Amino acid sequence: MTFSEWFDMGGYALYVWGSFGMTVLCMLIEVLQLKRGGETLRQRIARLNRWENAQ
Amino acid sequence: MKARQQRLMLILIALAALGLATYLVLNALGGNLSYFFSPTEVIEGKAPTDRIFRLGGMVQADSVARAEGDLTVTFTVTDHHKSIPVAYTGILPDLFAEGQGMIAQGKMNADGVFIADEVLAKHDENYMPPEVAAAMDAGQKAKLQSTTN
Amino acid sequence: MPSNIFQFSSPATFYPLAGRLVPWFSVIAIILIAVGLYMSFFVAPTDYKQGEGYRIIFVHVPAAWMSMLIYLVMAGWSIVGLVFNARLSAMMAQALAPTGAMFTFVALWTGAFWGKPMWGTWWVWDARITSELILLFLYLGYIALIGSIDDRRRGDRAGAILLLVGVVNIPIIYFSVEWWNTLHQGSTIKMNAQTIMDETMLVTMLIMACGFWAYSIAVALIRVRQIILQREHHASWVREIIGDQA
Repeated sequence: MTFSEWFDMGGYALYVWGSFGMTVLCMLIEVLQLKRGGETLRQRIARLNRWENAQ
Repeated sequence: MKARQQRLMLILIALAALGLATYLVLNALGGNLSYFFSPTEVIEGKAPTDRIFRLGGMVQADSVARAEGDLTVTFTVTDHHKSIPVAYTGILPDLFAEGQGMIAQGKMNADGVFIADEVLAKHDENYMPPEVAAAMDAGQKAKLQSTTN
Repeated sequence: MPSNIFQFSSPATFYPLAGRLVPWFSVIAIILIAVGLYMSFFVAPTDYKQGEGYRIIFVHVPAAWMSMLIYLVMAGWSIVGLVFNARLSAMMAQALAPTGAMFTFVALWTGAFWGKPMWGTWWVWDARITSELILLFLYLGYIALIGSIDDRRRGDRAGAILLLVGVVNIPIIYFSVEWWNTLHQGSTIKMNAQTIMDETMLVTMLIMACGFWAYSIAVALIRVRQIILQREHHASWVREIIGDQA
């Protein structure tokens, strides 16, 4: 079986890759968003602490 | 402790009431939540035969016929009790086949033929490789033969 | 009250515990999903009727299961929160909501991509599909509701009540294919009848489901840690952990 035969999924390429692609994309977006959100949150709390320490 | 138990009781009673209410509503709606009518229901007059409705069932074996010259397909839909003839002009989905489930949307005509303007295939919940399906099929046929002989 | 199990209901105790659990569930999720994907494409055989198109089942069914399971867990946390007045329960429910909404969306999306080639349509308003769409709205409604109420205690309580009212939808989704005529086929894995599914296919689906389950736990634990930090940012233990350098 060649790669293009495998990729074609017996003619269902659009539907199979459309499904798996969206699933993986959604999970990746969620993980990246969490990571970014966590960094922003830590920075915000650190800034708050700096500000209070300066008081 | 007492207050906690009271809150739990309150929640459980509220959930039970909600469940009961939902059950009653769903019961009242009954068949209206069904996506299609079976041939038996149609023949018993449960389907709105003066309007467009959906008919669902199995495509009877050896009933699919194509009219010459155009895309019109005729076949019989059955639920193993009653059956209804269907005529459809258009492209059928991949899984449409004799012995398979299907759902058609359309209207009954005066001759008792269901004139469909949309046909969807309904597949079953069984998944297996072709060899296994062939083996099961052969086994079924052998069993049928041995019982008829 | 702070005895054994109740100790963990304090955000300050739970925060480091959740942090220690995250790597384990992350590794389990990555391994299971990688194995599941490999089996989906290279091990599981072709289906006798749907050819290669049936492979969508390996993400569709686990996503649909997770969409319902996560909702039930959130509803369970809501009961705990309402009964014990525990702040952490509401945070747990809040942490699960985006993941539940994501899996509901994935279930609907992959269902549409399955329906188009197999049934002949992207979408129908049958009982199974419509009730799953209602589930997505419940998740989004919950997220919007708790986001719109500034008073945390009131927000948590309103969210818990919404979750508990919406819980009736879960048995409706699950049993819709039995109670009414639907275009959606019945359950392959039945509670009271034999499952007709090739063993390799079944194992692949279960591995993927376990992978999604571990993923959900890992992501929810990371998110609940962020929610704890956000809500308790004035507490001294948070200040000590974060410090003033970033």
